[in-house]
Amino acid sequence: MMTAEEIVAHCERLYADTALGTVHDWKSRHPGRPAFGHLPVYAPREVVHAAGGLPVALAGAGEHVDIVKGDACFQSYICHIPRSTVELGLTGDLDVLDGMLFPSTCDVIRNLSGIWQLLFPKKPVRFIDLPQNFAKRLGGDFYQHDLKELIDLVVANGGKQPTDEDLARSIRLYNDNRNAISALYDLRTEQPQLVASDECFLVVKAGAVLDVAEHTQLVHDFIAQAKTRKKKKEDRIRVVMIGAFCEQPPIGLLRSLDRSGCYVVDDDLNLGMRWLEKDVEPGKNPLEAFADAYLTQSTWASTKYEADDLRAPKLLALVKRRKADGVVFAAPSFCDPALLDQPVLQKILSVSGVPHIAFKYAENTGQFQGIREQAGTFSDSIKLWGAA
Amino acid sequence: MSADVKHAQKDVSQNRQKEMIAKHFTRLSKARENGEKVGYTFVPGNLTELLGVFDILPVYPEINALQSAMRQKSAGYIREAERLGHNEDVCTYVKCDIGMMTQGNIGPTGEKLPPPDLLLLSYTGCFTFMKWFELLRQEYGCEIAMLHVPYVPGQMPTSEMRQYVKGQLKDEVIPKMEKVSGKKFDPDALLARLKLSARAENDLVWVLESAKKRPSPIDAYFGSVYYVGPIFTGFRGTEDAVSYYKELRAEVEDRMSRGEGPVTPDGTLAKEKYRLVVEGPPNWTNFRDFWRIFYDEGAVFVASTYTKVGGLYDTGFRHDQEKDPLLALADYCIGCYTNLSLPQRVDLLEKYVREYEADGVVFNSIKSCNSFSAGQLVMLRELEKRTGIPGAFIESDLVDPRYYSQANIKNRIESYLQMLSARKAGGHVAQPASLKLPVVAGGH
Repeated sequence: MMTAEEIVAHCERLYADTALGTVHDWKSRHPGRPAFGHLPVYAPREVVHAAGGLPVALAGAGEHVDIVKGDACFQSYICHIPRSTVELGLTGDLDVLDGMLFPSTCDVIRNLSGIWQLLFPKKPVRFIDLPQNFAKRLGGDFYQHDLKELIDLVVANGGKQPTDEDLARSIRLYNDNRNAISALYDLRTEQPQLVASDECFLVVKAGAVLDVAEHTQLVHDFIAQAKTRKKKKEDRIRVVMIGAFCEQPPIGLLRSLDRSGCYVVDDDLNLGMRWLEKDVEPGKNPLEAFADAYLTQSTWASTKYEADDLRAPKLLALVKRRKADGVVFAAPSFCDPALLDQPVLQKILSVSGVPHIAFKYAENTGQFQGIREQAGTFSDSIKLWGAA
Repeated sequence: MSADVKHAQKDVSQNRQKEMIAKHFTRLSKARENGEKVGYTFVPGNLTELLGVFDILPVYPEINALQSAMRQKSAGYIREAERLGHNEDVCTYVKCDIGMMTQGNIGPTGEKLPPPDLLLLSYTGCFTFMKWFELLRQEYGCEIAMLHVPYVPGQMPTSEMRQYVKGQLKDEVIPKMEKVSGKKFDPDALLARLKLSARAENDLVWVLESAKKRPSPIDAYFGSVYYVGPIFTGFRGTEDAVSYYKELRAEVEDRMSRGEGPVTPDGTLAKEKYRLVVEGPPNWTNFRDFWRIFYDEGAVFVASTYTKVGGLYDTGFRHDQEKDPLLALADYCIGCYTNLSLPQRVDLLEKYVREYEADGVVFNSIKSCNSFSAGQLVMLRELEKRTGIPGAFIESDLVDPRYYSQANIKNRIESYLQMLSARKAGGHVAQPASLKLPVVAGGH
């Protein structure tokens, strides 16, 4: 078994490989079967998997690619993830994908689906209109139909029509995967010195390109190895980091947070891979069960309409459950969902006496000194006075 | 010439719609004392006829924001919202509205707006709408009805989309309206209103299509934001709207019979030199100065996409086409301009360029509005490829004056028009439809 450090190094190589070598390998091992890329935040990966496809979670190009062509497609006030995604598309890095899925995350990701239709007219493109109505016979029926059409698309591009058993098997594999990730997050809460922020991010992120069962095993292996580490807990504050659910921050930013005196004990990085909060029980009609799970078991997210507006109470509950000292709002520049939610969440935290700070980033931000100083001051103030 | 120096000239219809809107705001200001219910909602995908059936008076926060901008009040409201923690990156309509609310909720006519009894969240074509009303819900704590209108990624809405919207109207939106208003839903009353809507829509389309004439008797962007005012806001489905559009049509017919161009703030345009199509909303803080850049050069907008955000009627939709009134409303919501895919939007722009015999296309890219703006550069290139007509790309904002630069936009537009002039002298025209590139595939 690889050591924890070797696993992280492997995951970092996967993360940096914007040409998707792992997907090429998967396709050579599964000739004729399709790989479908999808944008953040949440996409129904189980359904693609059940239909014989490989769901590939794209999240831009991080800090690994210079943006030349992508910048020509977007104004300066649009976030970074569509630029790098277009860059990867135009430079051929995404040619290995047989189609692209664009979930209803925000107006930018929505319009990116149209950009893809215009720039790559031969590639299948599908907009996944996740329901914002959570009634079973309204949003549920609509979503089930959407899922059936998604299956048709995968089948038409080399997949196979899944049986109920196929769907149930995929659902269970992804249940296992979420449970493994959940165990990793729990370990980080209990012994944050064992799992650095960047390590947690990279290990989960590896699931973007790996087959789900392989990824689940990798997460378990990492947990087992991390538990063998002999690291003492340091005098750091415990923070929950939110706002980074779509465009992911550069690794350097996560490392800077750690080095500035913070243990990140929860976050919303790679949120789509942890979207459903409970196991899905496939039952007799797995597709219906899966659609229902979206309605009733989705996590709270800025991209989702909250009929009962439980975001602030859920954030407070998370802070309490993770025994966090404060909250770090880390949102990508120009991210409407994250930034529009911030004032409401900040207000409730202030009222509840939970210290918080906020900063913005882009996936290719290269300078972290300012963030490090800000987070360091935040950490010091909590340690010295118990509040920022 | 400064906008403040000379009183703007207006045609009769402009004054009439101003009176209609002023009357509506006065009624709103007295809603509480008169026992009338109030619903806040948005222009795209608005359900004005349905609100009317329940006697709920509509308020449109984005209209308030643009009116605040035209009255030079938006900068202060935005500053106030940013002081309260709203980020500089996000939609300025939202911040203008929040700022206005926290400073007393004084509407555009100077009268106080009542708080809502209902937030009717028509989630059509704009993600920010959802976040906007989540913020307002925090402040008002009233009933909220959410209508999720699916996006149209392919060429046509599917029957599942239509049924999904209809189902939400029937099972969630209407029961909320019944609860708020205390009235039972009357489908016949809705049908009657939809018939009135269609009559007004017929005349509106006639007016918009009058721009196919040379010279165009209207400006289909700056002038037409006044024309669409009543039908985009609280008047669709009323006799008031029917008579307004009948009068407007007569006014335009009259102008056309005399061979006159559009009325601008500085009088009737003497000579039409350039016919332009435009994509994107206008800037509201410097509306008249922005318009002047074009009419000073003899440029007339003959078609615009912005005037379709509240309903896309010139491609055939009418509110009375469906026997089932709820399906008619579903079709209306689904078909609003910003709910269309980018390829469909390019198709529409291409159609406008050809049918209105445009010399050029201007994209006004709005910092605040990702729904419009994200992808416009790709749309522009696609449109240029299909039509052979070069486009101009300018950037501004809806209601934040910090993002409007008269000098930069003027320089760019003047250079662009000079280039168009040189092309016209060289005999360049849009490629005929037969040379059109194939419509891109994809989507559903």
